[in-house]
Amino acid sequence: MSSRRSRSRQSGGSRITDDQINELVSKLQQLLPEIRDRRSDKVSAAKVLQETCSYIRSLHREVDDLSERLSELLPTTDTAQAAIIRSLLMQ
Amino acid sequence: MATKGVTLNTNARKIRFARRFISILLKMRKTRSPCSSSSIEDVRKRSQRIKIAAYSSMAHAVGPRRAWSRAVLFKLRSRARHQSMMKRRSFGLQKKRVVVVKNNNDIIPSGQLSQADRLRQLVPGGKAMDMCSLLEETADYISCLATQVKVMQTIADHFSK
Repeated sequence: MSSRRSRSRQSGGSRITDDQINELVSKLQQLLPEIRDRRSDKVSAAKVLQETCSYIRSLHREVDDLSERLSELLPTTDTAQAAIIRSLLMQ
Repeated sequence: MATKGVTLNTNARKIRFARRFISILLKMRKTRSPCSSSSIEDVRKRSQRIKIAAYSSMAHAVGPRRAWSRAVLFKLRSRARHQSMMKRRSFGLQKKRVVVVKNNNDIIPSGQLSQADRLRQLVPGGKAMDMCSLLEETADYISCLATQVKVMQTIADHFSK
């Protein structure tokens, strides 16, 4: 989907319009659990970017915590890869 | 319109990530010597390695199609090169702790930065991006990170059973 957009952007010259930015910002907003459900005209672009930054930071923290947790669990572990993949597919 | 395609795509990416990450985890388990007790230092080192494995597995799962994953893969490669160089030069010296995904935000005081610049520091390779690609890459990066967290959580739950 995004490759289609970048292609059309190239063919239409390198000018970036406000509409394009707005569309991308509202697409970004859809991914943020905090402000996903708010109407996009009620949320400023700066707010979306701010929420994006704090969401990325919180995801990084979660990766840190989970790495630690996995590191503690690893020594006692005896699991088949297939079983985990299967439970992932069930989600 | 492409909702089904997108879900399939995300799912494929999730499975690719999970396979790679789990096989690294299982290898780490095998190489661990059975008699060594797991000291705090061991756990810390291992969690650092697991973290790097998670970020690199996701970047590999996405492949070189994305600018952010290219940036992560490049950083990992130069890190590996740097480390092997250091090892050759000063064998036995304490290895420096290198964090793959840099968090520059605590180096620069955040007060005088625009939101976009702050985002540039969080998204790998973001510094070289124009506004449009920054937003596109951020959207992709976020959904990958969320997937990564979800899979890691599932694995941790599975392991603790």
